[in-house]
Amino acid sequence: MPEPTKSPQGKATSGTSGGFAVPAWARDSLRWDTVVGALLVVLLICSFSMVDNFGNALNLSFLIGNTLPIALIALPMTMLVISGEIDLSVGSTAGLSGAVMGKLWNEGMSIETIIPLCVLLGVVCGLVNGLLVTRLGLPSLAVTIGTLAAYRGIAQIVLGSNSVTDFPQQYLDFGSGRIGGTFIPQAAVPWAVLLVIAVIVLHATPVGRSLFAVGASQEAARFAGIRVKRLKLSMFVATGTVSALTGVFWALHYASARYDNATGLELSVIAGVLLGGIDFDGGKGTLGGAVAGVFLLGALQNVMSLVNVSAQSQILITGVLLVISVLAPRVARQVGRARARRKAADAAPPAAALATG
Amino acid sequence: MTMTAKPASAAPPEAASTSGFLDRVLKVRELAILVVLVLMLLATQLDNHAFLSEQGIKDLLLNATILVLVAVGQATVVITRNVDLSVGSTMGITAFAAGEFLRGGGNPLVGVLIAIALGIGFGVVNGLLVSLGQVPALVVTLGTLYIIRGLDSIWFGSKQITAADLPSGFADFGHNGFGAVPYLALLTAVVLIVAAYYLRSYRSGRDLYALGSSPEAARLAGVPVRKRILTAYIVCGALAGLAGALYLARFGNVDSGTGNGYELTVVSAVVVGGVAFTGGSGSVYGAALGALLLTSINSVLPSIGVSSVWVQAIDGILLLLAIAVDRVVALRVAAVLRKRAAQTRSAIHHA
Repeated sequence: MPEPTKSPQGKATSGTSGGFAVPAWARDSLRWDTVVGALLVVLLICSFSMVDNFGNALNLSFLIGNTLPIALIALPMTMLVISGEIDLSVGSTAGLSGAVMGKLWNEGMSIETIIPLCVLLGVVCGLVNGLLVTRLGLPSLAVTIGTLAAYRGIAQIVLGSNSVTDFPQQYLDFGSGRIGGTFIPQAAVPWAVLLVIAVIVLHATPVGRSLFAVGASQEAARFAGIRVKRLKLSMFVATGTVSALTGVFWALHYASARYDNATGLELSVIAGVLLGGIDFDGGKGTLGGAVAGVFLLGALQNVMSLVNVSAQSQILITGVLLVISVLAPRVARQVGRARARRKAADAAPPAAALATG
Repeated sequence: MTMTAKPASAAPPEAASTSGFLDRVLKVRELAILVVLVLMLLATQLDNHAFLSEQGIKDLLLNATILVLVAVGQATVVITRNVDLSVGSTMGITAFAAGEFLRGGGNPLVGVLIAIALGIGFGVVNGLLVSLGQVPALVVTLGTLYIIRGLDSIWFGSKQITAADLPSGFADFGHNGFGAVPYLALLTAVVLIVAAYYLRSYRSGRDLYALGSSPEAARLAGVPVRKRILTAYIVCGALAGLAGALYLARFGNVDSGTGNGYELTVVSAVVVGGVAFTGGSGSVYGAALGALLLTSINSVLPSIGVSSVWVQAIDGILLLLAIAVDRVVALRVAAVLRKRAAQTRSAIHHA
């Protein structure tokens, strides 16, 4: 950016040209989400060959089953973070949904009515977050810290310290059962369906492009005709809905509906999503990266338990990974930018051509 | 003579009236919490006459001290448009470190200093990561929340410190006081006044507000951004460390779960107290009042016979209410200021 006399447009494009200077294929293979995916594969291969009991079907189904709640919420959370917002109330929404499910079951309602009601509750929880953020213009962080406490508190009011365990057997089987003799939990099937839908929405539709645009620059997106508020609101509703579904799954998977179900789940989801290379400032990231990040953390925890690393050390390692996952891309970007600047200084005319294109 | 003197004398009152107006709005914000707090306590007193006895007031103050300390530190960070989520973990580990030292027969004062030093150490780590790494404070301090909690658990494992391990003078310091005013509350008040004076009257304190209002403008105005952010985190860490030591003095019981989840209470207190998440506004007095309000609600509900299961929901809804009201007031103020600016402009135009 040696020329301060460029037109405003030229300046704006040349500011981002640092990211485009590297050839596309090299950038693709060096992207953070690809790195995380590769790490996951390496971890899995190492664990299969070196860790006893890792590869058996029971352990794998535990791994997937325990990671599924996080992976479920990570889908809408990725979209929300890409659009520049965050939802910390997901764990509490899941807990509230589970508590309401237990309460209504105790009241004698049939589970076929309860589950849609829980989903509806999730929609309402998401609407509350979304309306406060989009209509009043409040920071989503503050709003969802508030609803984190509020929803958990309501769950406590609803169910008290009771726990409800006597759900119908066929639903409990769905929550913890596996497909035939394989290691894949039954609940992984609906998750896979949601994953496909989410990938298509985020990466192959105008809605997905709009999300990236809003995350990159909300103002520019608004001027480009994107209905920013409506889009963000719908993302909050999606997050609330999926969180409520997760709450139902959690209660069935662990065969227990309590008010403190899924406490702290928001931290695991955010750790996984950020580890997967979703930029906290919005506008960057892929769903593949987020899912790889979530399963990397899940697999790592599973392996650490198998090789008798204490739970405390696992907390420590999660924290270190989280810090690295935000530090490393920034450092890499700064290195890349410095390199691009050097290249741009070597060949100033191509940079100008890029700016006009 | 009169013609030239007129504008010169007119300028200062005008400036004073705008700043006076803003001042009044800010004061109203803190006054509002105070009014809510007083009304709530009076209503409870009418319902339950034993509530505001000497012991009752002492308990209220004792319950608030630790949260007030951490909230003051957190407010310093939030004013710079950052956040420190690791305060709960820091408080837990410093409480344990001080307890471990005192159990070995150490001097209580040195124990408190150790806790503060450890807190400063974690503050430096957070501050460096945020200021040098330029990574979002929320994520980094979420990471250090985990890391410090993990260190805490590995270091202490399932060990536990009980009041019996501590020198009796230290525990007395945690419980006693002058009449209804505990020593801990006095110490907290001193810290609060010092912090407020620093933020209000020192250049580096004002810089924190400038930084929070507009980081870019502050940088261009020559504010040493990294140094100031580091300072804010060090203050926050030191106060979390001090709070850890006082927690030990007050409760005597510390295990590796101490302070777990405390960060959310602290953030709630700060935001309820009118320190905006978007940085650059609010005061430590507000944060302290917010903390006092939250801890008082926790004491009020049981004494008027409301089950404690309501506490968390009420805390959350209070936080939402506080930020929503703040936002509405801010929009109103902005509209008033804009109208006033337009009037001044047209007045100049006509003159």
